[in-house]
Amino acid sequence: MPDERSVQSYPNPVLQAIDLRLYYGRAEALHGITMDFPGRQVIALIGPSGCGKSTLLRCINRMNDLIDGVRVEGRLLLDGQEINDPALDVIELRRRVGMVFQKSNPFPKSIYENVVYGLRISGIRQRQALDEAAERSLMRAGLWDEVKDRLHESALGLSGGQMQRLCIARAIAVSPEIILMDEPCSALDPRSTARVEELIVELRREYTIAIVTHNMQQAGRVADHTAFLYEGDLVEYGPTERLFTRPATRQTEDYISGRFG
Amino acid sequence: MRTRKSPREKGQFYIWLSGLCLAAILAIVAVLLLAVIRNGVGVFWPHRLALLTLTDGTRVLGEVVRWQDAADGIGRRAQLKIGNRDLYGLDFRWIEEQAIKDLSYPAEALYVERREYGNFYGFLKAASGTAGAPGADGLPRWGRFEANWRDVRGQGLRLAAAQSAIIREINSAREGIRLHLLRRRYHGQPDDSPESRGLLAADTDLKERFVADTEEQARRLAEIHKHEATLVDASGSEKTLALVDIVRVHRPNTMPLTAKVAYGAGKVWELLTGEPREANTEGGLFPAIVGTVMMVFMMSAFSFPLGVMTAVYLREYAKEGPLVRLVRIAVGNLAGIPSIVYGIFGLGFFVYGVGGALDRLFYPERLPTPTFGTGGILWASLTLALLTVPVVIVATEEAFAAIPSGTREGSLALGATQLQTLVRVLLPMASPGILTGFILAMARAAGEVAPLMITGVVKLAPSLPVDGAFPYVHLDRKFMHLGFHIYDVGFQSPNVEAAKPMVFVTTLLLVLIVLALSSTAIVLRNRMKKRYTITSF
Repeated sequence: MPDERSVQSYPNPVLQAIDLRLYYGRAEALHGITMDFPGRQVIALIGPSGCGKSTLLRCINRMNDLIDGVRVEGRLLLDGQEINDPALDVIELRRRVGMVFQKSNPFPKSIYENVVYGLRISGIRQRQALDEAAERSLMRAGLWDEVKDRLHESALGLSGGQMQRLCIARAIAVSPEIILMDEPCSALDPRSTARVEELIVELRREYTIAIVTHNMQQAGRVADHTAFLYEGDLVEYGPTERLFTRPATRQTEDYISGRFG
Repeated sequence: MRTRKSPREKGQFYIWLSGLCLAAILAIVAVLLLAVIRNGVGVFWPHRLALLTLTDGTRVLGEVVRWQDAADGIGRRAQLKIGNRDLYGLDFRWIEEQAIKDLSYPAEALYVERREYGNFYGFLKAASGTAGAPGADGLPRWGRFEANWRDVRGQGLRLAAAQSAIIREINSAREGIRLHLLRRRYHGQPDDSPESRGLLAADTDLKERFVADTEEQARRLAEIHKHEATLVDASGSEKTLALVDIVRVHRPNTMPLTAKVAYGAGKVWELLTGEPREANTEGGLFPAIVGTVMMVFMMSAFSFPLGVMTAVYLREYAKEGPLVRLVRIAVGNLAGIPSIVYGIFGLGFFVYGVGGALDRLFYPERLPTPTFGTGGILWASLTLALLTVPVVIVATEEAFAAIPSGTREGSLALGATQLQTLVRVLLPMASPGILTGFILAMARAAGEVAPLMITGVVKLAPSLPVDGAFPYVHLDRKFMHLGFHIYDVGFQSPNVEAAKPMVFVTTLLLVLIVLALSSTAIVLRNRMKKRYTITSF
């Protein structure tokens, strides 16, 4: 099928995958992805379940390291630096590449402590710096007005949507360059989803955002560029509008029109 | 009506069955506790003394313990605690109901708890310090006798306390000198060196002081012993007793309620703070309480960190594989090894192995007398720690497994190291589960007896493992334990019938201590649970 693929390349990408292959034991899950992530844009990864979009996302901050038997080949460059280099400081990488998960995962701590967690573990102790970062991040995540009076209450008392925005605030508190979002709205009601989507559009001014979503409307609403993956292959990648209106391949067309997946 | 399901199909049957199982377990526990409480609490309450006149004309005075159908099925018989072991040789006696001609509760019947030979039941005939007009009943005035006894008993107790303080002080000083000399001899310094001679002279001084003090105390004790009471039992035999040897005396048949309550409170106080008497069948349990609680705490201090760290390694760091699975199975099986095997291991490894090596290294001059190379509270605690560590490991592992992986990933994705994730997020979240394991471990350790018997428990310890003598905590000392106390008093005592109440009281106390320890842990656990559990979603 390679002839059928239509993958656009971008100049000066922040992140660049070149023939990236990933194996779970012997099984190859990603079959050589070559893809550019332009800076300060929202890139959506879509495709049916099991197509490898979450796996690709988790390569970027090396969360796949946690899984036994995972092996990565090919190149993945962040600002020209090889992410899969064994000598690379994973801790440092993960500070530069934040992540928001499908299921919100606040720590059993206060709202404030959740937001400043990333700063605390990197050794920042000054009260003032932490306070400022907490306020800034919560404002940015659109949560400040809702929680400013109960910053020191447990984060576990927030609603599902609030928790997810708290996780976003927690991710941006450490000022990453890239934010990875793995189906951030799949567990949220429509109103909370709308708020998170607004937030994504807002955040793209400062961050590069890669978002995995099952919801094609969502991709259409928030993403500047969309990549369609199918069974470990990158089938099509380009500006969202073009991909949705004039898909270059049959597979993409079938998928976005709901004929399979 | 075709759609209606039978109760069996609806699962009603199984609900009832499981409910029944629960009820059965609760009932057994309740019966056990009630039996212990019923038999134990009786100790704290004064019993009436019955005077029985038998058909053959003899008179018997004692506490009616229970009534029972006679073995041949004809009539009933009563078990009487008749005391006066020194006169009759027995504490208890069975009397057939037909043989009883008359039963009364004479007001002047005396209950006398003595330092030796158990209780005396009888009547007061004469006593020093009760001169003057006799009471209306022709006997020495009870009030005057009681006041005099209290006075003499107080003097005796003060004297004994002073004496034991002096003995302890002198003994500890002489022991220090003895060990110092041993060390000097071991290092080849002759006894006629100036320093050694100084030590020997100091020891001689102490010995002389000891003899002088003892003589002085003996003289004063003899003085106190001049206060005597002459008692007479139901059949008329007389017994003269020094007042100072009477622990308690009262007239149970005319005791007002306040006095009974005071008696009960005094008994409870004695039990909690007193030393055991009469081969552990009377007196208090203080050394056993201290020993049990200290042993449990020391056990926790060893097993808790060991178990938690092992589990953390197994769950968070070790790579899942056949070896880890094998280790996990082995840990589970460790919990099933009979505790006596742990005891034997403790004896061989800790006592003879580690303790023996410590002795050779640090106390060679004292050999062949062992210091750490014999059972002691340290080795007993370590043995129990080994015994309980599997429980802590399994509980901790379960607690870690219950943490959603998203939480772990969330922390790592923020750039936290594995250690930071562990300390700041995972351990707090696992703490309620860890504490549950801890509670189980503590309860098990507190109730364990078999391994202790060979690693450091004794039926009567001369001194506590903690006291005022440097270095205050004596890990090498042998100790007493409530569980062993139950076994010893209940099954090793020469006078089993008389020891029975003590067995129940000790059991009650042990259960209460376990309850207190685990309640504290449960309160702590619930607090943590509230703080670290995800409530919404």
